[in-house]
Amino acid sequence: MSETPILWEETIQPGAAWSHVLKRGTALRVTDLEGGANVGGIFYNFECPTERYNLPDTLKAQHIARLTAGYVLYSDMGRILVSVTGDSVGWHDPIGGTSSRQLVESKYGPSSYQHERNDYHKNGRDTFLIELGKWGLGPRDLVANVNLFSRVDVADDGTMTFHPGNSQAGDHVDLRAEMNVLVILNTCQHPLDPAPKYQPKPVQISLRRVGAPKSDDPCRISRPENGRGFTLTERYFL
Amino acid sequence: MSATISIGKTLLESKLRSEDAIYRHIIPAGDPWICEIKRGQYFRIVDLHGNQAVDTLFYNAHDYSDRYSAQDTIQQQRNLYLTTGTKLISTAGTVLLTIVADTCGRHDTLGGACASESNMVRYAIEKRHMHACRGSFLRAVIEWDHGMSKRDITSNINFFMNVPVTPEGKLTFADGISEPGKYVEMRAETDVLALISNCPQLNNPCNAYNPTPVEVLTWAAEP
Repeated sequence: MSETPILWEETIQPGAAWSHVLKRGTALRVTDLEGGANVGGIFYNFECPTERYNLPDTLKAQHIARLTAGYVLYSDMGRILVSVTGDSVGWHDPIGGTSSRQLVESKYGPSSYQHERNDYHKNGRDTFLIELGKWGLGPRDLVANVNLFSRVDVADDGTMTFHPGNSQAGDHVDLRAEMNVLVILNTCQHPLDPAPKYQPKPVQISLRRVGAPKSDDPCRISRPENGRGFTLTERYFL
Repeated sequence: MSATISIGKTLLESKLRSEDAIYRHIIPAGDPWICEIKRGQYFRIVDLHGNQAVDTLFYNAHDYSDRYSAQDTIQQQRNLYLTTGTKLISTAGTVLLTIVADTCGRHDTLGGACASESNMVRYAIEKRHMHACRGSFLRAVIEWDHGMSKRDITSNINFFMNVPVTPEGKLTFADGISEPGKYVEMRAETDVLALISNCPQLNNPCNAYNPTPVEVLTWAAEP
């Protein structure tokens, strides 16, 4: 990713939302500025948003319950929305979901714009719904999300535990768009983060143009399933 | 190692008798089923022949945009697997149903439903023609005729399916732990719409390569 110039750089403030139509052939780098960030993400085919990120299809096509470089995010239509082309963290959480107003209030107490102005406590679900609304989408479009920079460990009996210290300041992950993808991100805290304080973290995003994935692209050849996923995605653009 | 030990949960049987049910229906192998269940009613799914995945979605019957959420359900109970005591939570935080009896031990909610398109990715592009759960779900909601569409087909429960996650973050499709006659029973905590695809998948062992019928039963609410 270092060969091409940065087209755009921006900081997403703590507890904020961000959305953009990430064009096929561009890549988004998300950087954890302070360490301990969490970035909730949902992804849609911009041209036909009923085609959207599908958690089960992503996990079962690649036999994974974590995300890192070499894996891809599948839509429900057998196509690849984005590929994870770079990652300094090693584990991003696809299963923990997002926070709700009830959860944030029960963990961190009451909070309001009237008292705290723009520092009032944000939650993942409302933040996603507001950002979805800007694109004409709503509750029926709210699907399972990924949590960049976070990790949830699963024990043999199924117990889920937040893994503290998963991401450090300067850690980053690269998401390459394989379609024209509506990306909706928020920087709300992970719902299973045991920190007693409301303390979401900022991240930086930067956009670069990258080439089309070659025949030996690491995400394409990581599994035969992904080879077929890239074929089906490329056919969409024929 | 027996299934009971690996799960670490006590299998709990129901006191309800089949002959007292107000509704009984056998869903043939590979078919969909859609029906409302009223608040307080008990709803049982019986794996008649064993190791049959029953792909299931629930909706708030008064607002279909408020629907079962796999992530909210596992997040709130801090456990990946569904069994007795699990509250099935909606996207808006509503408790839709509670699992009150379970003779199987654990059920999956990460594996999702099969679809023609995911079969093409997972197995071969030539598999497009094969009957799949999403086709059943879509047929059911079209016939239900209440304005539902693919937007409403979200991440489902797979009753009687065993999809363990390893500590290294791998997803595995293990042999089923269900057997003929095993069942799971829920109490509706609000009026819900239940949507089932009795899974027709033939490409992996989720139905032991031989999809079979399952039975659904409903009991009246306690007076």
